[in-house]
Parts: sequence; C-alpha cells; structure tokens
Amino acid sequence: MNPLAAIGQTFLGFLAAIGRVALFTGNAVAQAATPPWYGRLILRQMVDIGYYSLPVVGLTTLFSGMVLALQSYTGFARFSAEGAVATVVVLSMTRELGPVLAGLMVAGRIGAAIAAEIGTMRVTEQIDALTTLSTNPFKYLVAPRLIAGLLTLPVLVLIGDIIGVFGGYLVGVYKLDFNAATYLARTLEFLEPMDVISGLVKAACFGFLVTLMGCYHGYNSRGGAQGVGAATTHAVVSASILILIANYVITELFFAR
Amino acid sequence: MTDPAAPKIALHSLTKSFGAKQVLRGVDLEVGRAESVVVIGGSGSGKSVLLKCLLGLMPTDAGTIQIDGETASDMGAAARAHLMTKFGMLFQGAALFDSLPVWENVAFGLIQGRDMARAQAREIAHEKLAQVGLTPEVGALYPAELSGGMQKRVGLARAIAGDPEIVLLDEPTTGLDPIMADVINDLIVKCVAELGASAVSITHDMASARKIANRVAMLYEGRIIWHGPIDDIDASGNPYVDQFIHGRAEGPIAMSIARH
Repeated sequence: MNPLAAIGQTFLGFLAAIGRVALFTGNAVAQAATPPWYGRLILRQMVDIGYYSLPVVGLTTLFSGMVLALQSYTGFARFSAEGAVATVVVLSMTRELGPVLAGLMVAGRIGAAIAAEIGTMRVTEQIDALTTLSTNPFKYLVAPRLIAGLLTLPVLVLIGDIIGVFGGYLVGVYKLDFNAATYLARTLEFLEPMDVISGLVKAACFGFLVTLMGCYHGYNSRGGAQGVGAATTHAVVSASILILIANYVITELFFAR
Repeated sequence: MTDPAAPKIALHSLTKSFGAKQVLRGVDLEVGRAESVVVIGGSGSGKSVLLKCLLGLMPTDAGTIQIDGETASDMGAAARAHLMTKFGMLFQGAALFDSLPVWENVAFGLIQGRDMARAQAREIAHEKLAQVGLTPEVGALYPAELSGGMQKRVGLARAIAGDPEIVLLDEPTTGLDPIMADVINDLIVKCVAELGASAVSITHDMASARKIANRVAMLYEGRIIWHGPIDDIDASGNPYVDQFIHGRAEGPIAMSIARH
C-alpha cells in the first residue's frame, strides 16, 4: 500500500474514533443529567469505585508521600533548603500526585472492570436484552457509572492526599529527624484552598474519564472473549493517556499566569 | 394508530448489508394475530439479523416494518420504547443478567420498564417461573448456578413476564439435549397459547419447527424462498426446502467448505 494512503487512512480512522467517542459522550451525559436516576446502581458503583479502591489508592499515596519526602530532602540538602520538604510534599500531593496516582490506579482497577463487565454483557446479548425490556442501556449501565466516578474520585483523592501527606510526615519525623510540630506547621503554612480544590476538580474529571472510557470500550466491544480482552486493554490505556492530557490542561487553567 | 385488521407483523422489502455483504435482500413476511411463524434457514442465512431488525436493535437499509399497521422504522425513541412493551424475546444464549438473581431477571421488565413495585413484580416472577416449571427456590439462585435448559426456561419466563403480544424466539433449542429441547418446545407452545400472542421463531432445528410452527418460512440468501403451513412442508416441491428439512449435503444449497 502507498505509505501516504496508509497514513491518511490511519488519520481518518482516528478522526472517526473521536467522532464516535464524542457521540457516545453526548448521549451518556444527556442520560446522566436527566431523570430517572437509578439510585441503587449509583450507590453500588460508588462503593465499588470508592470503598474498594481505598486500599490501592491508600498504599500508592502513602509510599509516594514517603518517597517524595526522602527525595526532596536529599535533593534540597544540596542547597540547604531541607526546611521546604513539608511544603513540597503537601503541594505535590494535593496538586498533582494525589489526583494523578489515584486516577491511574482507578483506571487500572475500575476502568478495566467496567469494560470487561459491559463488554461481556454486549457479547452475550445482555445489552440487547435490556433494550427489549424497555430499559435504556445508557441510562441503566453508563449513567450510574459516570455519576459514581464523578462524585467518588474527589473523596478518594482527598483521603489519598491526607494519607500521602501522612507518609511524608512519617519519613520527615521518624527518619529525617524533623520536629513533628514544625513539620506540621510547615505543611499548613503555604497550603492554600486552591491547591486542594484544583486537585479535587482534577479528580472529578479523571473519575469521569475513567468510567467513560470503560463504558465506551465495553459497550462497543465485539467478537467474544478476544473482543472483551481488547476492550479492557483499550479502556485502561485510553483512560491513562486522557488523564495525563487532562492533568496538564486543568493545571494550565488553574495555575498558568 | 393500531389497525385491528392489519397483520400483527408485516415486513416489506427489508434489506440489510454489512459493508459489501448483503445479508437481507428484500424480505417480505407477514405474521397474523396469535399465529406462530418459524423462520428456518442455514447458518449465516440472515435469520438472527432479521430478528434484530424486527426488534429495532439493528437499523435496516431499506424496507418497512409494521407492527399492528404502524410503521416501526419511523418511530422516535419514546414511541419505540413503548412499542417494546409489546415484545417478549428469548435470546439464543438466554442473555440473563449475571448480577441479578433469577426472580429479578424475570421481573426486570416489570420493575425497570413499567415501574412496578418490587414485591408485586416478584410475585409475578414466581408465577411465570411456575409456568415454565421452575419452583420459587430457583428464583433465589443466580443464572451461573443454572443448567443450560434451566437458563432457557428462565429466559422464556422473562420473555412472557410482561404478557407480550409478540414473542420472539432466537434458536430456542440450540445447545440442548433432545429431551430438554422437547420440554422447551412444549413450554413455548403452551405459553404462547396462554398469552394468545403471535410468535416468530428462528431455528434450524426441524423437530422444534414442526412442534411450534403454524407456518414456516425459509430464508435463503437473504430472501424468503418458500412459506406455507407446517403440514405442507414435506410436500413443498421446493428443492431448497427439501434439502434443508432432510439435512442432505447434496442439493442446490451449496455449503462453502474450504478444501486443503
């Protein structure tokens, strides 16, 4: 095949995929924004996304906070700025690491699970069955997951932030011999509400993206077990990439001067 | 408006393609009130596509689908959702919801589609399970805990739970042993008769077709090539039908088999 034709075909395929995702998103948001809402399903998804992700997110942020304190200390010691460790830890955790790490962990855990569940429902005709039972699959399957992702991830990230800062505190106080009261004072000294809020806005956005990608790839999966496997992989990869892109865009919106 | 004189289902010149592959090439079929029509045809002849088009799960390229004289293909989302309450569907693999217990599977359309109270829907679900020979204890199990035959029976109970006017059955006996297949066939005949519903089944199981059909239509290469009462099928005079019902390798229906 002509190389130019191959590039063109790939590019057109990419544009078509963007169009399909945009149409899916529009339909999903419209269904999520209008009643009726399935309260029980939303609650079940919130428990799945939030409560059951707590151990993974907690461990990730705890060790990230610890390593951040250690790295900052060894780096800052070169120019006698060790006192900034607590500030660096809290700002990094709330602005960046908390939401991004939680988002990526949830993408791996929840995005994959959603894609596998909805994908299996697609290939076993359960989604067709929903339609024949006068139930809109978007309202029943997609909307509860989007709402749950949007509402739950900020809470998860807030808890992750606290655990991450606590990890930094543990290393700072018990390994690097900082005074506990001074470390806590430094933690709060330069922390502004917008640092936390920006992280929570990111978290809500990431929650939306993770559940959207899980639902989109699951809903459009084809071809049996292999198709469901591919949908799961695509859901995690696309959600992870979108999280990193969205992270930059939101940071730019909040903090660019 | 519903036309009482119109056939329950009328398909006219239905076509459907997937890329270059034309699956339906102008299907015409009518199903009367309380009539059971079985569409037979080999694998890949377009039977499942026909059923999905009829349900609106798949858009058609051309042609019309009329239910009670109303053209379904022109309907908006709300009207189509209302139209779906007339249908009950038994899927080939039963398509039960894994995450719900059996009774909730049966009651699903009543709870979600018709806003019925859960307690009342549960009672109806148990009645429908009894109609297909299953006890209330089965209602508490999950689909993964059931055998293939029991899953089909639950699927049938779900299909008739909303007292539909039209029952669609996709390969109802595929994957079942001959005795369980006969049990399912008897249940289909009994349930459809009790409802007074019209039924459209697709199958390549001739024993099943002979049991549940009033009328048979044969789909070949995207067209209905023969239709008539089930009692006439052995004397159809159509070589395609003869080859199919006798399951002969030799005949006008050429199976594409790659030779190495």
